Amino acid sequence: MTVEVVNVVRRFGATAALEGVSLSLRPGEFAALLGPSGSGKTTLLRILAGLDFPDGGEVRIAGADVAAVPARERGVGVVFQNYALFRHMSVAENVAFGLRVRARAHRPPEAEIQRRVRELLELVQIPELAGRYPEQISGGQRQRVALARALAIEPQLLLLDEPFGALDALVRKEVRRWVRGLHERLGITSILVTHDQEEAMEMADRLAVMEAGRIVQFDTPRALLEAPATAFVAGFLGEATRLLVRIQGRVARASEFGLEDIAVELPDGEALLFLRPHEVRIEPAHAAQGVVRFVRPEGAGGARVLAEIGGRMIEGISTTEPARGDACRIRLLSGTVFHSEGGQFRWQRQEAWATR
Amino acid sequence: MSGAAIADPRSLRWLAIATAVVLTVAILLLPLAAVFAEALRRGWEPALEAILDEDSLAAVRLTLLVAAIAVPVNTIGGIAGAWAITKFDFPGRRLLITLIELPFSVSPVISGLVYVLLFGAQGFLGPWLREHDIQIIFALPGLVLATVFVTFPFVARTLIPLMQEQGRDEEEAAATLGAGGWDIFRRVTLPNVKWALLSGVLLCNARAMGEFGAVAVVSGHIRGQTNTMPLHVEILYNEYMFVGAFAVASLLALLGLVTLGAKALLEALARRRMGDAA
Repeated sequence: MTVEVVNVVRRFGATAALEGVSLSLRPGEFAALLGPSGSGKTTLLRILAGLDFPDGGEVRIAGADVAAVPARERGVGVVFQNYALFRHMSVAENVAFGLRVRARAHRPPEAEIQRRVRELLELVQIPELAGRYPEQISGGQRQRVALARALAIEPQLLLLDEPFGALDALVRKEVRRWVRGLHERLGITSILVTHDQEEAMEMADRLAVMEAGRIVQFDTPRALLEAPATAFVAGFLGEATRLLVRIQGRVARASEFGLEDIAVELPDGEALLFLRPHEVRIEPAHAAQGVVRFVRPEGAGGARVLAEIGGRMIEGISTTEPARGDACRIRLLSGTVFHSEGGQFRWQRQEAWATR
Repeated sequence: MSGAAIADPRSLRWLAIATAVVLTVAILLLPLAAVFAEALRRGWEPALEAILDEDSLAAVRLTLLVAAIAVPVNTIGGIAGAWAITKFDFPGRRLLITLIELPFSVSPVISGLVYVLLFGAQGFLGPWLREHDIQIIFALPGLVLATVFVTFPFVARTLIPLMQEQGRDEEEAAATLGAGGWDIFRRVTLPNVKWALLSGVLLCNARAMGEFGAVAVVSGHIRGQTNTMPLHVEILYNEYMFVGAFAVASLLALLGLVTLGAKALLEALARRRMGDAA
């Protein structure tokens, strides 16, 4: 089922939570809304669910304009942040709820409801918990109940609002792979709201990065990493060292930090230089630019290194494993420069950098 | 070191328990026991006779009737108020919360007087009421109105904090699953607050039966007609009919105790049911 959001605006009093958001999903796609808290991602999700309504713009699900249709008539499955399970109902009754509240004419007979509940609990792999109450099961199990309950109404669109936030780190990784697998099997269009970039990168086909009520970029994880549209996206996704540099005569003056200057095709002014760890080589050297401060060994004898240079910390990789306090040399392989007045430049070292 | 308490928590615990028990007995149980003792000082018969007196029985009937009207009215009003305040946003929400608490902060006598000012013979609506031959003050409607006013906050005040704490998540989840307003209320909201609701209703009932001040103003103290039990107790006492006064007072206290007992019993049942589910 397609989902189309066109120019949606939502204001709370004087503040705008969404300022003209547009988004278009393909059927069966798994998309993530990623952004810091207050960026509007939950507001957008609530508008898609029919729990909130836009002040302007269109929301089309499967082609039909649903901007004014309330939640109960949308048939959109929602897994809430804290699961919002009905605390006074057993697991089975929670799952059966969506079937029981149907109008009499559309309500399946009791035996059919029981069968469907069993099926769904088997799908989420907790058939043995049917008789338990929400407070008697673990967080991961509650999450599965919430998912089964949302799937009971056979939604064509599934919305997941920070569904893994309440799980501990180990369970979280396992559960999100399982949820992604379930998405593949069922072929439902899904939207995940999260502030966890690792989670979004791993689960989603495409990510919409939100900042201050707008979608800054909507693209595949790789495209977001390799060609971030703005400095905000570059800073929000992946790790990076950020340096504020001056551009003068087509040169970004990184030498102020003891690094080399970078030739850029940008006008004079201030800019942010983003350096991903893999774009920075840190090697032991006698003619020292910097000092190794932290070392985390990685595979094949190399290491992640945090080096101090000119009072700044820069993260990079080393092909050997230096020790703390070692003198080191820092070479940049590539980097992205964002001009403060818009415009960016992707810089790559021209001469071959000999790697050992 | 302040660690003495920590080093020997048992003595502290016993001290706390002893304090609580002594206070409960001295402040709550002793006076109650005194009421019963006073009523039964000359044995069962005079006490029973006092209760079976026609005016006393009329007072009992009137009290139960007033409670039977006021409690359902306040239950429905309290649920509606708590639901509106906690599950919806609307202008004037804060004001409504304050208004619900008004009867707690205003002396019952004043609330009674307000009704006299409104509906009394010299009151605001008095002439109109007389024209249409409607009697509110010094009659059942006035007693009910005064009782409803005084006991209005009980149900709403027990529900609001709980419903606020529970939030709107479950209601929203129910909506996304296709439930309409009535289904959400009946299947989600109400079951989540049923024990608090019960406790609020029983407190409301206890208070409705025991209300004195507001009722005293609007009653007119017509024996056998507009005297509720608390008013009847006062009249008997003022007429030095101590056995009768304390006998009716005992019955009133007993009604309150039965209410409390019912509350405790239902709560125990609720716990056992949840225990079975485990």
